[in-house]
Amino acid sequence: MLRLRHDQWLQMVGHSLDCLPEEACGLLGGRADGSVEVFRPCANVDRSARTYAIDGLDLLRFERELETGGEGLEILGVMHSHTHTDAYPSPTDVERAAHLGPWHFLIVSLRHPEPVARSYRILGGQVDEEPIILAPI
Amino acid sequence: MSVSVRLPTILRPQAGGLSEISAEGGTVGEIVDDVVRQFPGTASHLKAPDGGLHRFVNVYLNDEDVRYLGGLETPVPAGAQLSIVPAVAGGGG
Repeated sequence: MLRLRHDQWLQMVGHSLDCLPEEACGLLGGRADGSVEVFRPCANVDRSARTYAIDGLDLLRFERELETGGEGLEILGVMHSHTHTDAYPSPTDVERAAHLGPWHFLIVSLRHPEPVARSYRILGGQVDEEPIILAPI
Repeated sequence: MSVSVRLPTILRPQAGGLSEISAEGGTVGEIVDDVVRQFPGTASHLKAPDGGLHRFVNVYLNDEDVRYLGGLETPVPAGAQLSIVPAVAGGGG
């Protein structure tokens, strides 16, 4: 389960739209129970409509920030947008997930007029969708 | 010479749950090899079949990507911090 606040959801959709025609990406910081406390929009260093990559230094700095905050927050996962496909992990997403660990993988699809978000756990190549709980601000 | 090495989340279970460890070596390559020697479970994430760094991993020496320094040959001064960071990427294809 991934718990998002409504403002974080709006921020993710806004970031996804702002990055068009390229894919957007960002990092999710939060608690081990799946509650997102911080969404960090990141630059897509691929500058591509078909792929994304996050600068390793952005990840490192975000992780340090969460740790030094003293609130027990950690990197929970990654968000990215699919500009022209559904919100389902691509073969590339699944391959790369094997090197990221038990993260939450949130995908915002802009394929249809209304943005669609889905979240997944990807372990051992197996993709399992998880519910997104949208909480008020 | 011992330096501090920060591990990514995925490697921590292979290193007794530690986020930071000490490793010995004078270059990035020697230090990565020492991490693998201490924690063999990290090998498949850190090393490519040709002995180089795995392509899904980035290594930072005090916030400098070692690919833009000297790669695995980059000398590591005493007291430096090496950070191993996963390459986060993917996309709709």
